[in-house]
Amino acid sequence: MRHALSIEPTPTSIPPTAADAASYLEISDLWKSYGDFVALRDISLSIARGEFICFLGPSGCGKTTLLRAIAGLDLQSSGKILQGGHNISTLPASNRDYGIVFQSYALFPNLTIEQNIAFGLENAGRSRAEIATRVAELLATVGLSEQSKKYPAQLSGGQQQRIALARAIAISPGLLLLDEPLSALDAKVRVHLRHEIKSLQRKLGVTTIMVTHDQEEALAMADRIVVMNHGVIEQVGSPTEIYSHPKTLFVADFIGETNQFPAKVLKDGTVEIGHSAFDCSTKDLVVGATATAVVRPVDIIPHGANAHAVNAVDRPATPQNLIDAEVREMEFLGMFWRTRLTAPRLGERTLVADFSVNAVRRLHIETGGVIQVEIPRDRLLLFPRSA
Amino acid sequence: MNIALEAPYLPLAGKRLRQETSRDDRIKFGLMAIIGLYLIVALGAPLFVMLSKSLSTYRFDLAAFEFQVSDGTGAKWGPVETADALNRKLGAVAEGDLASSTDGRLAATKFFPDFSFRSPVQYRIRGTTDDAAFLAGSTLEKGTEWREYDSGTFRRIMLRPARTLGLDNFKTYFSTPALARSIYNSVLMATISTVVTISIAFALAYGLTRSCMPLKGLFRGILAIPILVPSLLPGIALVYLFGNQGIFKDWLLGYSIYGPIGIVIGSVFFTLPHAFLIILTALSIADARHYEAAASLKASKWRTFTTVTLPGARFGIVSAAFVVFTLVITDFGLPKVIGGQYGMLAVDIYKQVIGQQNFEMGAVVSVILLVPAILAFAVDRHMQKRQVALLSARAVPYVPKPNVRMDGICLAFACLVSFFILGMIAMCQIAAVVKFWPYDLTLTAKNFAFDLMDGGGWTAYANSIKLALLTALFGSVIVFAGAYMVEKADAFRFGRNVFHFLAMMPMAVPGMVLGLAYIFFFNNPANPLNAIYGTMTILVVSTVTHFYTVAHLTALTALKQMDPEFESVAASLKQPFHRLFFRVTLPVCLPAILNIAIYLFVNAMTTVSAVVFLYAADTKLASVAVLNMDDAGDIAPAAAMGMMIFYTNVAAKLIHALFARGLLARTQAWR
Ligand SMILES: Nc1ncnc2c1ncn2[C@@H]1O[C@H](COP(=O)(O)OP(=O)(O)O)[C@@H](O)[C@H]1O
Ligand SMILES: [Mg+2]
Repeated sequence: MRHALSIEPTPTSIPPTAADAASYLEISDLWKSYGDFVALRDISLSIARGEFICFLGPSGCGKTTLLRAIAGLDLQSSGKILQGGHNISTLPASNRDYGIVFQSYALFPNLTIEQNIAFGLENAGRSRAEIATRVAELLATVGLSEQSKKYPAQLSGGQQQRIALARAIAISPGLLLLDEPLSALDAKVRVHLRHEIKSLQRKLGVTTIMVTHDQEEALAMADRIVVMNHGVIEQVGSPTEIYSHPKTLFVADFIGETNQFPAKVLKDGTVEIGHSAFDCSTKDLVVGATATAVVRPVDIIPHGANAHAVNAVDRPATPQNLIDAEVREMEFLGMFWRTRLTAPRLGERTLVADFSVNAVRRLHIETGGVIQVEIPRDRLLLFPRSA
Repeated sequence: MNIALEAPYLPLAGKRLRQETSRDDRIKFGLMAIIGLYLIVALGAPLFVMLSKSLSTYRFDLAAFEFQVSDGTGAKWGPVETADALNRKLGAVAEGDLASSTDGRLAATKFFPDFSFRSPVQYRIRGTTDDAAFLAGSTLEKGTEWREYDSGTFRRIMLRPARTLGLDNFKTYFSTPALARSIYNSVLMATISTVVTISIAFALAYGLTRSCMPLKGLFRGILAIPILVPSLLPGIALVYLFGNQGIFKDWLLGYSIYGPIGIVIGSVFFTLPHAFLIILTALSIADARHYEAAASLKASKWRTFTTVTLPGARFGIVSAAFVVFTLVITDFGLPKVIGGQYGMLAVDIYKQVIGQQNFEMGAVVSVILLVPAILAFAVDRHMQKRQVALLSARAVPYVPKPNVRMDGICLAFACLVSFFILGMIAMCQIAAVVKFWPYDLTLTAKNFAFDLMDGGGWTAYANSIKLALLTALFGSVIVFAGAYMVEKADAFRFGRNVFHFLAMMPMAVPGMVLGLAYIFFFNNPANPLNAIYGTMTILVVSTVTHFYTVAHLTALTALKQMDPEFESVAASLKQPFHRLFFRVTLPVCLPAILNIAIYLFVNAMTTVSAVVFLYAADTKLASVAVLNMDDAGDIAPAAAMGMMIFYTNVAAKLIHALFARGLLARTQAWR
């Protein structure tokens, strides 16, 4: 039964996925080294036409390096890049087909907004009138028609960002590259511009790669996220995939928040955490293997004082994973309560759990109280740990 | 666990990808090659030739030539004998006369006392080594083949000296006390002048940044004046003030102004603006918080000065000291005018080259003069780097508070120094317009009748303006284009580094040295560029090169302030780099380019050192005319010409200021 409030995606906004569209950008076996330092290590990636891709990873992991290799601004050491079926691996930047927005925007300070946007349109056989029409259209698109005669220094950061975007898409590039386009802006403008960029990208249907170190930004905007660390791709997937099914501990840790516990595989489907056994998918881990068990604070289900009671409202799906916990601290964060719990079954470690305001009220959760919480079997993730 | 730290494994190691070159890359590469070639031809090659000259000695190697003479019929040949053997028999050429120079020639007939022109006797000559060379008329013959000549031609056989590389010239130099003493003199003068100049400059800069004295702008203007005149001018002023007929001659208590005293006073005059500006910059970046901290600790004035002010400015002071030292030790104009018999290195080069035509010895002195200049330059570059680091960490600017006594002292001192500067200029101005200082003070224009005197007349003045304009024009273009390539061409890292090194070198090369190097390099018929020798072109080239470094650094600073991604954006928009250059880079950097142009103009008007070796009869220059008229005893006209240079530079500065303001208003609306 479908919930009345659930949002049905409109058919027009369904992004094409790698599976259903021919690959537009194909990167294979790409390496980049600076002297002895390897900045990119064997990168292979396929991007579909019209997709919005985010390169996400901590600072220094090689996101910009990869973007600049795609743009032809810093040649890779080895590896192949195909765009629209053409091998562009060694083409100079000016012979490739893309528009780019830098973190600094790199707007030309001595040209007006209009002239900045028109810069790429001139010199290509267009008439003055054509250029003027196109510039007006672009200014309207980014909502800055009023400012056309101003100089960049007279605009706010967010406005400059939009001008840089307009300049990049003016030439209708096949590929749009954005290097941390929002990081120089304050939080409010950033959230607003996220939506604008995303909807503009939908409207134009232009294949877009955005570099960011902000996971929230990536989750909100991307069709697919490429999580990078130390020059390698850790995982590629949709935001929900990345969030719910992280392939590595790094991804689990980098995206969203985690509780982490040392664990040991007791038998297939059972793992030991602290002093007791929990149900869990042990995947291909062998019996006796050490691992790190991860569960996200939001995935922990509160069951009030006694979930085993016959009249309990929500029965636990995995009774084995139901634990008694004492509420040590509670912190109200507006949308939810963040609680710190201790549970004898988990040993010394605290468990961080986020509970909805509603649940806290309904189950009378309070500091010092004892509740039962469930760590759902499918939300308890195991990652191998090297000894 | 850090994957990146593992030993890197790269597939296809050694088979790196290479980016296809775009049209832009090729154009940029071409431009860089052209400007790099310019610096090599205008700087690297001449200096190299000069260095090799300083290490070259020329000597007739008589053992390297063999002769054979026929009998009276010309049919029967006598024994083969070397020139050396002949000379030992005859004593024709003394051992000491065998030392020679580049152009040395020795007539072969010297070894044949019986030689008679138009006799039927035949002569044969050959070298015993492949390098032995002789001239037959104007054709150069070389090698071990026998060559046969009749007596008519043999008369015109000239042996050429052999060149050997070695330190002999340097040995000669150091064993000539009069020459070697100049090293000591030059270092002594430079050291004393540096100490005096830095003290005065520091006191002035301190007053301007740390007190509330009035008229700061005016004093800054006055302190810039010495830059606008040739360094000869303070020399002339001192001659008038303290020379044999000077009104203040007695003040020197019997000491002569011609010599160390004159050199030091004059050096302080013309180096003061340079030291002042550097120290002023260093003091301007002081952090107010340090002063607040000192005040809260109840530190005394003196303690604050020694623990906060001095350390903060130390890089600036050291940097200024090296600049002053280099300026004094390499300056030629001032010691030429006021130095008397006191030998200085730069003047020695002039004397060796112009007076004695001993080019090799001139080269030796040049190489010796390069040593302190390069040392000072290296230390200065090092200091500048650390100064930059200080600058970027700058904090709350210091704002001085009024203090009647302190402000009064600072004002008095600034007035005193201004009086010194203006007094020197005023002295020249008066000398230029009166009949005969100090005896006949009636006004006259006769000293400006340059055409009646040696030195080049008004044509020399016109030539100087032409040189200054051409230098400003071509210099700005070359310098800016070069700096653009260094800063903005992504690829060719090696080429860019070589280029940057070449661009930094002129700072360490004294003008005299550059001029002499040009003689060696360009005044050589074998050089295809020989044609520019003696033309305005070589003057422009030498002046642009001489003042290249400061201009280059100015351009570089301006370019560094531009977003490095402009080029990437233009490439992504498929716009050629020259479009970006002309629409964005050039307009944004216009103020800096105008500054470069006026810098080159002013220096081209005042420079003497490099051009004094290079001017020709129809390219005489105003600054050289000052020198030559002074040399000929026409001191008043020399002062008058010096003042003409001053007026011109003041006018140029004013026009530059107006032009810059007007242009900025139109093109820099975005600022
Ligand atoms: N020109 C360069 N020379 C040497 N190392 C570089 C250069 N450019 C980037 N790196 C290094 O490569 C790594 C990746 O850099 P980058 O791609 O800029 O990271 P980010 O993911 O923050 O964008 C960093 O460790 C950086 O220090
Ligand atoms: Mg980056």
